[in-house]
Amino acid sequence: MSSYLEGIIMLSGINLIAVLGLSLLTGFAGLFSFGHAGFMAIGAYSAAICTTIFKLPFFVGIAAAAAAAAGASWLIGRATLRLKGDYFCIATLGFGEAIRLILDNFQGLGGARGWPGIPPHTTLVNILILDVIGVVLLANLVRSRHGRNMIAVREEELAAQVAGINTFKYKMLALVVSAAYAGVAGALLGHYMTFIQPKMFSMVKSTELTIIVIFGGLGSISGSVLGAVVLTFLPELLRAVDKWRLVVYGLAVIGIMIGRPRGLMGGFELTPKSVRAHFARLREAKAARADQAAEEKGGL
Amino acid sequence: MSDILQVRGLTKRFGGLAAVNEVDFNVREGGISGLIGPNGAGKTTIFNLITGVYKVTSGSVSFEGKDITDTEPYRIADIGITRTFQNIRLFKNLTVFDNVLTACHASASYNLADSLLRLPRFRREEKTLKEKALELLSILGLADRKDAIANGLPYGLQRRLEITRALALDPRLLLLDEPAAGMNPDETEQLMRLIGDIRNRFKLSVLVIEHHMDLVMGLCEHIVVLNFGQKLADGTPDAIRGDKRVVEAYLGGGE
Repeated sequence: MSSYLEGIIMLSGINLIAVLGLSLLTGFAGLFSFGHAGFMAIGAYSAAICTTIFKLPFFVGIAAAAAAAAGASWLIGRATLRLKGDYFCIATLGFGEAIRLILDNFQGLGGARGWPGIPPHTTLVNILILDVIGVVLLANLVRSRHGRNMIAVREEELAAQVAGINTFKYKMLALVVSAAYAGVAGALLGHYMTFIQPKMFSMVKSTELTIIVIFGGLGSISGSVLGAVVLTFLPELLRAVDKWRLVVYGLAVIGIMIGRPRGLMGGFELTPKSVRAHFARLREAKAARADQAAEEKGGL
Repeated sequence: MSDILQVRGLTKRFGGLAAVNEVDFNVREGGISGLIGPNGAGKTTIFNLITGVYKVTSGSVSFEGKDITDTEPYRIADIGITRTFQNIRLFKNLTVFDNVLTACHASASYNLADSLLRLPRFRREEKTLKEKALELLSILGLADRKDAIANGLPYGLQRRLEITRALALDPRLLLLDEPAAGMNPDETEQLMRLIGDIRNRFKLSVLVIEHHMDLVMGLCEHIVVLNFGQKLADGTPDAIRGDKRVVEAYLGGGE
């Protein structure tokens, strides 16, 4: 495999982890966040501190990244999750930018110039392993009572409350798990680039993650996977059109959202069972058409 | 018969307006009680006060002898009270089965690690939850619709599903907010029978808000009449039917 292709696969694998986390928050719990790059930044810097300053193994760095991002999200959640949806969204935007600015001005970790010399621990293998773990854990979560309670909050908050669901607690759970995923993605990104800089975690990155989740389809894990792969590859494939690249990218996203307003996989999950059900429906439709044709023939 | 719910001096002011003013009433254990009154009389506000959706201005609510005034809505279900809404609030994009299964959550105790790792406790309890949801759906006659999306159900069945979801929490008191709204006489009659069946089968008490006089008079053993946020009368259907003030409130006064 060429190292260029391998590089894109690794980037989409890293993006995927952050997207899976955001998919839980936005697609299942119904909360929009424009500050997830902030959690990635916290993860990237925490992991880099572990591996470079304390010379700890990479997996410890990843665990620390998840824990630090989760901890930060818990604090943010305490302060902002009582806000209604739109206000929460604005609060996350402020949080993401605040994290970036703090890192910009904190010279101890390289400040705005960035932090070079992070060991290249991230490999295709450990990305893929974490991707698989990430998908399995998320799929298990959304198909449990905890996941159903989050979905209930998204669907109808008042009804969820009178059905005995502590909506604050489940929003918090979605936020913390989602931030932990973003933290892990940040750790992987830092140890892939071997260099981190606050600018990498700006609002543009947060917006990109949200676009992928919506593009893939809210409430669909397979949609998020597909979205992360397609939207990481697309800009690379568009290198041919040079400076028009991002314009074409934008148009492609708009085109698909018009064609499929609920995203690529909105509300549909790609599992062996759903694929079999889909083919069974196709067969039934075909059989029905054949019956009808036979009847018409008989009628004549 | 003892009282399962006691409401004392219940008052709710929105700015200068007293939507509910010094209302007292009891709901008998195992009984079906009705809350009636013209539009804007404060019926739904009382439900919102009992279930903690609104904060009480003054007065108290107690359930099975314990004070539950201003308890958070999500705790009310644990305590044993569930409700339906006047404008149906289902989990619209979920299937009928998932609507009920979600509400069964209180019967399970597996934790987050059990969920994430699919540990044996998760599998065991999930199986019980699914059986419970299915059983409820078949009791309420919705089993053949279990895979339909809630939003696509006919109106009457949506109401029925909302009641099923409320029952999934094993309540001892069920609050129904205008369950017959928008139903034709046939459907209303069916609903009356259903409410009676539910009370007997699940051994619970029911408090129902209703405009359909037929439904209230035929079903309830005890009726509370509200007007402009205040209690007008309180008694058996016969007593209410003969009460002059009630007739005036409903049909307009003479002078």
